[in-house]
Amino acid sequence: MVRSVIDVSGLPTYAFGSRVTPWWGTLSFCLLEGTGFALGIAGYLYLAVTNTHWTKDAVHLNLVWSALFTIVLVVSALPNFLIRRAAMRESLRSVRVLLLVMSAVGLVLVGLRVMEFSALPVRWSDNAYGSFVWLLLGLHGVHVLTDVADTLVLTVLMFTRHGTGKRFSDAEDNAFYWYFVVLSWLPLYAVLYWLPRL
Amino acid sequence: MSPAAEERHETRDTDLGGEELRARLSKTWGTGRGLIGALSTVDHKIIGIRYAMTAFAFLLAGGIMAIIMRLQLARPDSHLVDAELYNQLFTMHGTTMMFLFGVPVGEAFAVYLVPLMVGTRNIAFPRLNAFSYYVYLFGGLMLWGGFALSIRPDVGWFSYVPLASLDFTPGKGPDYWAQMITFTEVAALAVSVEIVVTVLKQRAPGMTLDRIPLFVWTMLVHSFIIIFAMPAVMLASSMLIMDRLVGTQFFNADAGGDLLLWQHLFWFFGHPEVYIIFLPGTAFVSAIVATFSRRPIFGYLPMVLSLIAIGFLSFGLWVHHMFVTGLPEVGAAFFTASSMAIAIPNGVQIFCWIATLWDGKPVLKTPLIFVLGFFFIFVAGGLSGVMLASVPIDTQVHDTYFVVAHFHYVLIGGTLFPLVAAVYYWFPKVTGRLMDERVGKWQFALAFIGFNTAFFPMHLLGLHGMPRRVYTYPAEMGWGGLNLLASAGALLFFASFLLMLWNMVVSARSGAFAGDNPWDAETLEWAASSPPQPQNFDRIPYITSRSPLWDQGDDKAVVGGLKVDERELVVTSITEARPDIREESPAPSIWPFLAAFATAVAFIGSIYTPWAITWGSPVVAIVLVAWFWPKTIEENV
Repeated sequence: MVRSVIDVSGLPTYAFGSRVTPWWGTLSFCLLEGTGFALGIAGYLYLAVTNTHWTKDAVHLNLVWSALFTIVLVVSALPNFLIRRAAMRESLRSVRVLLLVMSAVGLVLVGLRVMEFSALPVRWSDNAYGSFVWLLLGLHGVHVLTDVADTLVLTVLMFTRHGTGKRFSDAEDNAFYWYFVVLSWLPLYAVLYWLPRL
Repeated sequence: MSPAAEERHETRDTDLGGEELRARLSKTWGTGRGLIGALSTVDHKIIGIRYAMTAFAFLLAGGIMAIIMRLQLARPDSHLVDAELYNQLFTMHGTTMMFLFGVPVGEAFAVYLVPLMVGTRNIAFPRLNAFSYYVYLFGGLMLWGGFALSIRPDVGWFSYVPLASLDFTPGKGPDYWAQMITFTEVAALAVSVEIVVTVLKQRAPGMTLDRIPLFVWTMLVHSFIIIFAMPAVMLASSMLIMDRLVGTQFFNADAGGDLLLWQHLFWFFGHPEVYIIFLPGTAFVSAIVATFSRRPIFGYLPMVLSLIAIGFLSFGLWVHHMFVTGLPEVGAAFFTASSMAIAIPNGVQIFCWIATLWDGKPVLKTPLIFVLGFFFIFVAGGLSGVMLASVPIDTQVHDTYFVVAHFHYVLIGGTLFPLVAAVYYWFPKVTGRLMDERVGKWQFALAFIGFNTAFFPMHLLGLHGMPRRVYTYPAEMGWGGLNLLASAGALLFFASFLLMLWNMVVSARSGAFAGDNPWDAETLEWAASSPPQPQNFDRIPYITSRSPLWDQGDDKAVVGGLKVDERELVVTSITEARPDIREESPAPSIWPFLAAFATAVAFIGSIYTPWAITWGSPVVAIVLVAWFWPKTIEENV
């Protein structure tokens, strides 16, 4: 004898934040990518401790482009916050405008990261220090690049007929991931640019 | 939308019943016909079976490597294979067993069973699941394709530097090894994310945290271990391949790099890896012991807490693989203590299983017999593990056959015996037919005697000083007799798997019909038909106890109100599993296959030129956009 005890027909088909599965998927990816960053930093610090030539190898990195990058990245958290809010209110106009802003900010950041690389005083093949600088900067750069690409596609999507319903949840999820891109940079910035100066 | 279409669009499971509901849902959740349909499927059961079959094919391949090595070592001064080929054999054997069999086979069972056990219709992110399978397949084919073309890694499954550096190993072997790591770890990480989200968010309404089956708890902890461990080896293997291909200096001591950095990163993954391989075994044991003892597992709470403790502790042991590298004494003492500490939660699990058997009425079917074999062998392996955790003993027997004996007792005892048990146990669910019991018992006899004959003498050989990874030994050493015995045992053990293969093939065609719940088990997968329908359940069950199939009478509580003609599933809250959303599960798509293919081309190309990444990335990106772009306006609602 089969007996219905709960009726779910009235439940919504999408929601926001930790209620939906993509949010948990994104969080899981943040965890595993964050582990990658943490281990990268751990490797860098390990060499800083064990390698007797480290102080000689660890030439100071140029502060200008990285400072610009860091400032723009941190400030981008504000439009990012507004996108999340607009998406949760399902305000199409605001989401479109803010996605355009975030796309532009993202492209500026990619440009700044390219400048950061071009200003590096050490090549990846010079020594292990150089290898780590390129690895960590590149690893974070890949995160910036993929999320900017994702934001661009999402921006186009929101300007098509698909810009409704569940896509607001996607926009919110994309903004959630951007926080990870911002937060993961801060320890990397401290280690790469400031630690050798201490 | 026409009224008829609208009506079809809105039909709910409460409007229909019996065969009509089953047929309509089966059409909605089904897989398309033909090659394109097969490559587009997102059904977790089909992908789980593919994972399992691929993993078993690699088990066979890795097993054949082992047999060739045993034939070589059967007598002293043998020249069946030379030193070079022997190095390739043990590298391929270890790599295949760990990365292409051990990890994926656990995932295969998780992918197939977890959605059924939590009472949902598909795994979370089913397209990612399809993608992960193809990436794994391509990674395995790349390694073995390379082997066939004489591109053969020969520096061990752990690929230690400096041996694995370009100076000491030119050629492409270690690059294929490192890139295979990337493939399989991408796959493993993807599956872990899917399992975590499926368990946290897609449990049937009413399945609160304390009603989650132990199998599912185990796979959840297993997935978290993968999430925190696998990035280490991906990072390390990427650093290795960059050292070899673009001239970075991570592991080059002459340019500020460090050899031990490789070992740290590798074992930070490598020790949790033991538990990544072993935990699915314990998941099988928990399910099988409960069913064949005819009572729920004794000590559910300590079991769950032990699992979580194992998850944490598994990250505190890695340095015990590096005791002979000259560590500071405090470090060695810490890692000795933590290596011994992990025996405690493992012991708790063993005692809980024994208590369950003690208090129950054990039915000695093949799955339970293999579990009993597991107890014996795994405990023996655990005891030699406690011995190895002690630095003075480890220093003496490091790199000898004692270690080989130890980890085969742990890995084969901890994983393969439960795995065979699991094959016998879930085969009827997957195929609808039972495997032959008589053959199963013969198989056990062969496997148990074969295994112990093969590996017990290795303890003694190790204590007599026989080193690992030597292709032969002189007769004067006096190791010939025990080696011959070990080789004979290995052949018996290998034969036991051929017997299982034969049993599987024959039973799939002509075994006795199983029915839905042939073992009278407690968990939800047995409420589905055998084999399960594409939708798993016609009605989503409502859970009121930890052993739903034992506690429900004729009165089956279910959830109502899901659409019949769309792929809807219930998303629930994390702790109490209250229904919250009717989320649409993605439909079949060819794009995950194409994305995996594009990724594989880029990865393999990168072994020959870094530009493959530069040119491959936009292609992968375009394919991914095509994958995610909504195809109909309805998908947005």
